Amino acid sequence: MEFFKQANLDWMGKAKYFVALSLTLLLLGGVSWYRKGGLRYGIDFKSGTQIYVRFAQPPSIEQIRKGLSEQGLGNSVIQKIADVANPNSNEVLIDIEQRGQGEESLDAGKTAVLKALNATFGTGDPSKQDLNAATPSALAEYLARRDPLGRGPAAGDAYTQLARRIAEFRDSNRNGILTNLDELKSVAGATDGAVSALRDGYYLGNFTIRKVEIVGPKVGAQLRRQAIFVTLYALAGMLVYIAFRFEWVYGAAAVLAVFHDVLITLGFFSLFNYEISLTVIAALLTLVGYSMNDTIVIFDRVRENTRLMRREPFAVIVNRSINQTLSRTILTSGLTFLTVLVLYVMGGQVLRSFSFALVVGIVVGTYSSFGIAAPLVVAWNNWRGRGAAAGTGSAAGNKARAGEAASGRLAAAGRR
Amino acid sequence: MNPNLKWKALFVLAVILLCIYGLVGLPDFPTSWLETRDNFSKRIKLGLDLQGGTHMVLQVQVQEAVSLHADQTADRLTKELRDNKNIRYEEIRKVDDTHVLVRGLAPGQSGAFRDVMSELFTEWDLSAASGEANGYLLTMKPSVVAAIQQQTIDQSEETIRRRIDALGLAEPVVQKQGRAANEILVQLPGEGDPTRAKGVIQAGGQLELRGVVDPTPYPSEAAALGAHNGVLPPDSELMRGKSEGTAGQPGGESWWLLQRTPIVTGRDLRSAGENRSTENPGYYEVHFSLSSAAAKRFGPFTEQNINRPMAIVLDHHVQSVATIQNRIEDSGRITGRFGQQEAHDLALVLRAGALPASIKYLEERTVGPSLGADSIRHGLQASIASLLVVMIFMVFYYRVSGVNAVVALILNLIILMAFLAYFGAVLTLPGIAGVILTIGMGVDTNVLVFERIREELRGGKAPVSAVAAGFKNAIRTIIDTHVTTIVSCLFLIALGSGPVRGFAVTLTIGLGANIVTGVLISRWIFDWHLARMPRQAELSI
Repeated sequence: MEFFKQANLDWMGKAKYFVALSLTLLLLGGVSWYRKGGLRYGIDFKSGTQIYVRFAQPPSIEQIRKGLSEQGLGNSVIQKIADVANPNSNEVLIDIEQRGQGEESLDAGKTAVLKALNATFGTGDPSKQDLNAATPSALAEYLARRDPLGRGPAAGDAYTQLARRIAEFRDSNRNGILTNLDELKSVAGATDGAVSALRDGYYLGNFTIRKVEIVGPKVGAQLRRQAIFVTLYALAGMLVYIAFRFEWVYGAAAVLAVFHDVLITLGFFSLFNYEISLTVIAALLTLVGYSMNDTIVIFDRVRENTRLMRREPFAVIVNRSINQTLSRTILTSGLTFLTVLVLYVMGGQVLRSFSFALVVGIVVGTYSSFGIAAPLVVAWNNWRGRGAAAGTGSAAGNKARAGEAASGRLAAAGRR
Repeated sequence: MNPNLKWKALFVLAVILLCIYGLVGLPDFPTSWLETRDNFSKRIKLGLDLQGGTHMVLQVQVQEAVSLHADQTADRLTKELRDNKNIRYEEIRKVDDTHVLVRGLAPGQSGAFRDVMSELFTEWDLSAASGEANGYLLTMKPSVVAAIQQQTIDQSEETIRRRIDALGLAEPVVQKQGRAANEILVQLPGEGDPTRAKGVIQAGGQLELRGVVDPTPYPSEAAALGAHNGVLPPDSELMRGKSEGTAGQPGGESWWLLQRTPIVTGRDLRSAGENRSTENPGYYEVHFSLSSAAAKRFGPFTEQNINRPMAIVLDHHVQSVATIQNRIEDSGRITGRFGQQEAHDLALVLRAGALPASIKYLEERTVGPSLGADSIRHGLQASIASLLVVMIFMVFYYRVSGVNAVVALILNLIILMAFLAYFGAVLTLPGIAGVILTIGMGVDTNVLVFERIREELRGGKAPVSAVAAGFKNAIRTIIDTHVTTIVSCLFLIALGSGPVRGFAVTLTIGLGANIVTGVLISRWIFDWHLARMPRQAELSI
């Protein structure tokens, strides 16, 4: 099977469509950025507290907000986690700004949110503990004290094991929330006696905290700096590498194309309201490397063909190179795109922003190689008046090749 | 078969076996799927985002230790000038963390003063105090400041590690982080609720036993001063604490006047433990025993002070004031209404030693176990799905050669995972994403080669030379493309941390292994296949 048997498209002629597409996307992204007042920064860069909560039933955001206001956290950002891949979830992200710089302890925000959630959603009476929030060691201690299996001091770590199995059942099989104590009967070793002992001391809370991230202001600033440095260094490193392997003009074109990719991806982030975190920066850097890939493959071919096709105009050489590598480019980008699409749909909430960056980035990165980078090089060559003769940048001008004049005249006749 | 090929096949087999051993352990051969899974999960270190746990960054306030040193120096200097050398001065006081001011030195004694300085206080630079006649400014030498800071960090790290170890958690990590930043990283795998650990880490743990100058608890500092006519007796210090309510008087915050110098400090403890309280049933108390050197001081002290009060001070708070009944050599009790866990943790902190400076939390990230399990499940599902997608496509599009690519890809993944297991690299959720990216990008290698081979075949070459030309021409591009991605990963490894670094490491190893499997192994498989093919047959690609 073969998709692209003998592609023969005039890429350089169609370049203007790609440029138009890019400008449109950039504009869209820019407008969204402006209207929403910038990108949504994750905790890593903003500093503050972010709590990821899962409820037994779909929660009411108003209720949560009311509960938080009572703790003085009315300004928090509460977001239901729902997007294309995960439309109905009972999960919520609560973002709290860093409260003051001073002596207040780092986890003051988290404590306040827990208090608010317990007040609003807690069903239990104060004499009991929440089974959905209990650690295995606390469970083990409680069971050992109650001793429902009647083993006495010879129980050894039977209760530790049982507690661990109960916690594992709750976390792996029930997503962290048990709704009915009788479900525990399916756990090995959980006798009726054990279950009723648990019933005496524990109630089943309506929510569970899945993740807490607290980033102090100093760390936030540090991470911001780090992210910027890493990106700049990586881009510089790549520019050097490409300038080393090809002419500098190729390097500049490749870096510009990559820059364009990152900008469009960030625009999409703004449009679709995704959060920028450290992992997203990692995704952006990966797609920088990946977009360079495609561009390099094309430039490699151009260099090879320039040696073989000395008489042709540069634009024709570039067209031919793109056509020759089209098969490979579409295939690999397509395959990589499929894999990150799978990741986006099936990879879970935590990786969603990350995989979204890659999904958008791969598409944009691919077309930017033949739609932006290659036309840039051709335009540069045209501007330098070398579009007609076979040229690879400044070096060609300096080398006086025999027959150059002849090929120049021939090519002039065929100049686009 | 070509003998060369035989060796190559054996080599590949050896590599595969090595990898599988690294991943699931061959000698104790797993007998069931469950055991295989267990072995596997033991060999690959999971990051906190996959197994649940807490990650904290603390900052040690080293300036406190420097400041304390200045305080102690001011005290020593006072003693030295006043008591030992009889040098008169107007005032000695600490100006800031690293400066001490001596004012109004009696004229004619500056020579003697300078002698004292050069003999006993070599850690300080002496200079004339600006604006003060007969005044001197002591400045702590920068090397001394640095040494104190370093020692404080080291000691803090050591103490925190002892405390965490005593909590009995699974495989905690305590290590310094950041070159000049005085930060300590603490990782507690499996701890969904770090509250208890944080309490234990942050506890000052400074125990002191001091004589009591005035046994009356005063309701405020002012009241205490007033009772002594505004001047505290020499060598005494006011300290705050909670007094338990006695009959007729409610408990609350009170101030006591204690001796400045403690008889016994936490450093003199030989051991500490908790036990049930006999006086307050239902509560616990902490008992401790002293080293023999301390006992030599403590014994006589208690003997000389029978029927007089003694204060137990914990982190500059008066914990309790008790009357000495008889001579005590080397043991003591800290009473108070402690719950069992409280008493246990206090004993633990005392055994581990006091923190030389207080700590501040800078960052705290906790992943609950349910999210960890979820993430693993999602990661696995996504990996398998993407692998299937790629496999199906490759076989469809390249027919038998597609199988070649699939074999190389699977080998690639096995080598990648084995690398992680052997080198103890941590697998995080972004790391799993890195594996998926390896699948997507790794197959690029095969596509590059195959497309080139197809081109050569179209150009009329015979299968054997087409394959050779395909590989030869594609290698340079393969290396170029892999290197650019690896370069960005190297930056991420150098400057990133935690999950981000896990992603970069996985992708780097994956792409590195891919060059081997995509180029070498794929080539060998082709050679083997070509050797078996009849001469005129077409290459299925």
